[in-house]
Order: sequence, then structure tokens, then C-alpha cells
Amino acid sequence: MAPAVNHAETMPGQISVGAPVKLKVSGEDWIMRGVLVAIGLYLIVAIVLPLYALLSKSFQNKDGTFIGLANFTEFFSTPALSYSVNNSLTIASISTVIVVSLAFVYAYALTRSCMPFKSLFKGVALIPILMPSLLPAISLIFMFGKQGFLRFLLFGHDIYGPIGIVMGEVIYVFPHVLMIILIAMSMSDGRLYEASESLGASKVRTFFTVTLPGIRYGLVSAGFVAFTLIITDFGVPKVVGGQYNVLATDVYKQVVGRQDFEMGAVVSMVLLIPAVIAFAADRIVQRKQIAILTARAVPYAPQPSSGFDAIMTGFCALIAVIIVGILGVALFASLVKFWPYNLSLTLGNYDFSLRDGGGWDAYANSIEMAAWTAVIGTCVVFIGAYLVEKSKGFHTGRAAMQFLAMMPMAVPGLSLGLAYIFFFNAPDNPLNFLYHTMPILVICTITHFYTVSHLTAVTALKQIDAEFESVSASLKVPFYKTFWRVTVPVCVPAILDISMYFFVNAMTTVSAVVFLYSPDTALASVAVLNMDDAGEQASAAAMGIMIVLTAGGARLLHALLTRGLARRTQAWRKR
Amino acid sequence: MRTNFMKILTAVAAGGLMVLGLGAGSALAKTDLLVYTAIEADELAKFKKAFESDYPDVNIKWVRDSTGIVTSKLMAEKSNPKADIVWGLAATSLMMLGNEGYFQGYAPKGVKKLGKLYYDQVNNPPQWVGQRAWIASVCFNTVEAGKYGLPLPTSWADLTKSVYKGHVIMPNPNSSGTGFLDVSSWLQLMGEDKGWKYMDALHNNIARYTHSGSKPCKLAARGEIPVGISFAYRGAKSKNKGAPIEVIAPIEGIGWDLESFAIVKNTKNLDAARKLADWSVSKKAMKIYNEEYAVVAMPGVAKPVKNFPPGILSKMIENDFAWAAKNRIRILNEWRKRYDSKSEPKKKK
Repeated sequence: MAPAVNHAETMPGQISVGAPVKLKVSGEDWIMRGVLVAIGLYLIVAIVLPLYALLSKSFQNKDGTFIGLANFTEFFSTPALSYSVNNSLTIASISTVIVVSLAFVYAYALTRSCMPFKSLFKGVALIPILMPSLLPAISLIFMFGKQGFLRFLLFGHDIYGPIGIVMGEVIYVFPHVLMIILIAMSMSDGRLYEASESLGASKVRTFFTVTLPGIRYGLVSAGFVAFTLIITDFGVPKVVGGQYNVLATDVYKQVVGRQDFEMGAVVSMVLLIPAVIAFAADRIVQRKQIAILTARAVPYAPQPSSGFDAIMTGFCALIAVIIVGILGVALFASLVKFWPYNLSLTLGNYDFSLRDGGGWDAYANSIEMAAWTAVIGTCVVFIGAYLVEKSKGFHTGRAAMQFLAMMPMAVPGLSLGLAYIFFFNAPDNPLNFLYHTMPILVICTITHFYTVSHLTAVTALKQIDAEFESVSASLKVPFYKTFWRVTVPVCVPAILDISMYFFVNAMTTVSAVVFLYSPDTALASVAVLNMDDAGEQASAAAMGIMIVLTAGGARLLHALLTRGLARRTQAWRKR
Repeated sequence: MRTNFMKILTAVAAGGLMVLGLGAGSALAKTDLLVYTAIEADELAKFKKAFESDYPDVNIKWVRDSTGIVTSKLMAEKSNPKADIVWGLAATSLMMLGNEGYFQGYAPKGVKKLGKLYYDQVNNPPQWVGQRAWIASVCFNTVEAGKYGLPLPTSWADLTKSVYKGHVIMPNPNSSGTGFLDVSSWLQLMGEDKGWKYMDALHNNIARYTHSGSKPCKLAARGEIPVGISFAYRGAKSKNKGAPIEVIAPIEGIGWDLESFAIVKNTKNLDAARKLADWSVSKKAMKIYNEEYAVVAMPGVAKPVKNFPPGILSKMIENDFAWAAKNRIRILNEWRKRYDSKSEPKKKK
């Protein structure tokens, strides 16, 4: 990285003539550092301090006196609570194995077969991303509950409990896992397959000696992501869990049901442990992933094979039918007058005014919250990532910022939301005025989804040669002009991806915001939860459908915008 | 190219800001009254409209949840109460909170016209005033019962018979006021020892406990479960909607509680809170209460409500509110210890 040559703004007295070559720190650099520090401070306020408040609360009694590990002792000696640890681990392990296997075969079909309709299958598999995790669970009840038309498939077992939770979680995390495995699969080297074939290895042997080793890190990473998502998810077990308690529903029960914030803090600390372990393990694995793909690698081109392709088509069709079925059942249930006794159609369930959850205002609030999150979140994340990547010197600050940006990934939403109560509702906190407002929901949601957005931005920025900055600097163009005229336009696809990611997640998230909304800022996703709690499942499904439609619509808009803007800003990528 | 890109970006940003702007800017000079309530969501709009048409200068803002949730929320906020008035919450909860010094006394205009049983006789002026009684009932889905060959239960004792195993749902008393009045009435009817023994037996038949008191009946109405222990209003309402259910008042007697209101001690909107209190004991309000509930605080107003179980009034137990309020926390903790740990996967045979 070349030091900036910018005489006019050099701080006097900082660099003596004849000194060894040293990085000059220009006024511009100070601006960049200032902004970097500001964003760092934001993250400290938005994640570090709240987590500290959560941690200290778990060591306190109701009056705020420090009592050491007494709360944790109580937790592990209350059978109802410690069962939940066991239950959570069981559910998460079983669901992870199932979902990784299914997603693996699905990804295998998409990359290694010549089956038809690949892009359709890929699109359908992503549908669950548009839903709050409560919705697939609600659909499962309509399908497999006492009145479910598929009840016979359970052979007398009950959907309320572990079976229902596993089914719901598998559907909910399927797209996330699929995307990770797809990326790993698409990075494999076609030459290895050719070599394997010419050495006379059988298909099975090639699979075990070439395919699996090539994607092992991707699989491990997918496993960790699935495990974390499942153990911290609260929507599915809340709806179909029955009497089968898991940690995530326990946090909610302790806090909302009993207003026992200290015990809630303890449970969410316990919930933090597997999430942090999985996160750390995933980071280590990711580091090993680098450089599988060399410059000379040839993309693998599958050969048609009618039998294999037919099996793969059948498998993908089955999964796709299940996913579309989940959505279709929710839609149908939301339009039916009185399931299962009067199946005539009505829009009555979409009249939310007489139901719990805040009505259509909640829906409007959700859109407002998601829009703010997308706009502000994208700006903060992108500028933050830009400064981490492109500012000069200041290694400690940049490394610290990178670390802060990775932290939110390891924190489950429920823990984050609870941490926000402790931190922002403390009477002596000057930021107390934010409590129970729209801004706190926006801040919380941006923070909750910060890491993935940050990584997306960093990846995009890494593709831009540092020469741009050097050239601009030597032409005495201020960095913000380069940023606005070069960096931003080049990164338009990534910027749109980030804002999309923020918007969709803000629409569907329940876990963190469930502790933070007020009567004036009820949200659609929370309304789904509250209507389900009150037994209004048709209306809960209806609100869920509204969320899917909105998130889906945003996605469509995103696709159109990306195409349109890409034509204008990305033409340079083609010769 | 660059200018076009900027134009698009500006347009997108401007559009976003306009959407965001729509939410703001509807602030009239009204008093916002923050009302904590456990009244069912489908009735709230009606009450708000009726009250605000009489007092257009007050704007009710509801915070609604199940009784247990509202109660523990109020407890948690004790040092810094947010609510102005608690309205339509179980009298037992209000008495318990009142013992903690949560409320201020106020005699609403016309409170003397209410039955003596229906408002605070200990404090003068009264701290809590009852509005109407909500009464336990059992919702029984006849279509589903037919499938499993279940007989129509007539008593609480019937529900512990093995034929109902896995076919009964009741609300969790920790979150639901209906759940609590069931538990409290069993303990009062049978005595503590026999009451808990009864619940042990019932627990064996329970499929699961729900968060809200209306959900068991809604589930029964939808055929998700044959028997839902719930309350009469929800049962009647579901039956009116065409659900194939019978609403049953068990013969031993049924628990009930009073939906009541109380003004929070340090409210900044005392005037508005008193207006709501005055309105809530008026004959007009009583008539609205009676649209869905059979027992209201003002004598001579109530007319029978369609599809309430026959003879329900004579089956209401002599409810000792003071006892229930005093023992509420102890009962709930005991209940949680006994039944909330149903966490192991149930082995069904």
C-alpha cells in the first residue's frame, strides 16, 4: 500500500526530513480514522456493552447484588431447565444431520447432474428465507396436526414435540445450508475428476476420494451454521414444541412469561456457549478453506446420465414440492373461513384489527423498520468495511474493527434482545430514551445481521485493486470522491445484496425484537407469534403470508435493480 | 452514465424517505392513556371506540396480553410503573399488586350502584373496581369426541378418566388468568391436598399446556383437541361461529374471577384515568360488558348470553379472592414445580 503524497494537509512536525521511510498520516487519513473509530464506537455501544450488561445480570439477584454463580447453580438444579439443555442439543444434532444430508444431495444434483429445471429448483429452495421460522411450523400443524391431511404419515405420533421441531427446523435452515454447500461444490476442480476417470476409478470411489474431500470444509461449515441456527431458533419450537422445552423457548418463558430477567440472562448465557463454539470452529475451518481452487482449475462439467439424472430430478422435485407445499398450505389456511369444518374461502383472516399482535399497524411498522435497517445498515456496514479494507496504517484500529464486526454472528438473537433490555433500559444510561422506540429496533436488527453484511462488503472490496486509491491520491483526488465515483459504483451489486439481506431479515426476524417492541412499534413477525399464542392460527398464517409477499416482492425488485444497475455500472467487467 | 446512476440512487433514497415519513405526523392534542389489559383482543376495539366517543380528548393505548403476563409485567415495572391504569385484569391480580402499594384509591361516579361483592370493600375509596365476571368452562368437540369414542364429560372428575388420556388441553396458570382461576377453584373446592392430587391425575391426561386461556377452546373448536379447558365467553363465541362444540360447566362448581380496573399510583394522566374509571362503571359500559359476558357488576343489567352453558351462574363457586391473591405466587410456583417439567419426551403406549 503506497503512502499518500499529500503535502498540503500533512500535519506539521510529524515527519522530520531525513527520517527513515515512514507512513505519512495525512488529514484525509485522520478523517478516515475518525469515521472508523465512530463506527467502532457504534458497535461497542450496540454489542459489547449490552453483552456486558447481560453477563453481569446473570451474576446478580433481583436486587442487583452480585451473587456469583448462584443463578447458574439454580439453573442446573432445576430439572425443567436443565432438561432443556439436553433437548436443545438433541434437536439441534438430529436436525443438523438431516438438513446437511438433504442439502448435500440437493446441491449435488444442482452441480453434478444434468437434470432439467435447475434454476427453478434453486429458486424454490430459497423460499424459506422469506419466512419467519414461525410460518413453516404453523403450516406443519395444518398438515400434520390432529386435523392435518397428512397426519397418517406420522403413524400415530404427535407433531407437537421433537418430531415437529425437527421437521420445522430442517425446512427453516435448508436454504442457508444449501447455499454454503453449493459454493463449496462449485469450487471443485474438474481436472481431478478427469484424472480419476482415466485412472479407472469407479463412480463411488471418485465420490469418496475426490468429491467429498473437496467439499469437506464446506460441509463442516454448513454443519456448524445449521447447528447454531437451530439451537438459537425460537419460532419453530414455540409453535410446535408442545411440552418439549428447549433453551430458546425457555429464555422467552423466563423473560416474557415470568419477567424473571436474571434467570432469562442465565439461560441466554447458556445458549451463547454452543453458538460461540460453533462460530469459533467455523472460523478455523474457513481459514483452511483458502486456495483449494488454483488458477489452473477447470470447472467441472457434468455429463448426462439418464438414470442418475432422473433420480436427482425426482429427489429435488420432492424437496421442492415440500417447500412449495409449506407455503401453499399456509396460504390456503389463511384464506379458509373455519378450518377444518368450513373450507369456503374468505379474506376475513386478513382483518387483523380484532386480533392480538397490533394489526395492520404492525405490518406497516415492520416495513418501516426494514426500510430503515436496509438504508442505514447498508451505509454503516459498507463504509465500515471500506475503511477496514482501504484506509492506510492504523492496523490496531482496523483489526479491532474487524473483530467487532465479527462478534454479532456469535450472538443469538434472543440473547441480543435481552442484552438490549438490560443495557438500554437501565435508568442511568444516557441512551435510555431509545428504549421502546423504533430506532432501538433498527439498531438491534442492524447489529444482529451485521457480520454477514460486513463479510459481503469486504469480499466485494477486496476485488478492487488498491491501485485505484494510489492513483487517485497521486492525482490529488480526495478519497471520498474516489469512494463515491469508483468504489461505490463498482460495488453496486454487493451494496444491493447487503440492503436486500438487511430488508428480508428485518421483515422475518422475531428473536431479538420480541423483547424490544412497544405498543407503538409492534412488528408483523411478532404479531405472527402473538396471534399463534392466542390460538388465531389462520390470522397468524395470514400475517406470515404478508411477510413472505413483502420479502419476496423486495427480492424481485432487487433482481430487477441489480440487472438494471449492473448494466450501467458493471459494463467494465466485460470486454 | 454516472449522472444516471446518481439520479437512480437519489430517486430510491427519496422514495424511501417518503415511505418512512408516512408513519409520523398524526399527533393531535389528546391525552394518551396507557392501559394494561387482559381483555380478549377481539373486544378491545369496541371498548376503545365506545369510550372515546364519550371522551374524545382521551386516546386509549392498549398493552394486551394474558393475565399472568400482564401481572408479572406490572410486577417487574414496580419501581418505575409505565401503565396509567390497569383495566380488565383479574381482581386477584389487582389485589396482589394492591398489597404491594401499586394503586391509588378512587371511587368512580356511580360505583355505589354496583353489587357489594364486585368492588374493593377493604379500602375506602376502593382501589379496585370489578367490571364483569369471567367464568371457567370446558369446550368439548363432539365431532372429534365421536372419532375417539369419548363420552361427554359432566364433571371435573370425569376429565381424569383414562379414556381422555392425551385428549385434554388446559392453559398454563403461570401465563393465563383462566388457568389460574381453574387451579385456584380446584384448590378451594377440594382443599389443598385433594386439589393437587386431582391435578396430578389430570396432568396424566393433558396433551399440553397453552400460553393463553382462550387457546384451548379455539383448539377444541378447530378439532385440534377434543377437550379444551377454557372459559365460557370463548366457548360461546366459538359455538356461535359454527364450531361443533358443547360448552360445559362441570357439576362440582366452576372457578371465576372479576375483570377489574385500578388506577396506578403515580400516573401522570390521573384525569384521563379517572374518566375511564367513571365510564367503566356506567350503565352504558355494563351493557357492552353484557354483550359477551353473562355476569356484570351492576345488578339488573345482565341478560342471558347465547350459548353460555345452562345453569352456569348457580355453579360459580364462592370465590375467596383474598385467599387467591395472597397465595397466588405460592400456588404458581408449586404448579410449575409439579407440571412444568414435562420436558422428557413422553412415552406413549
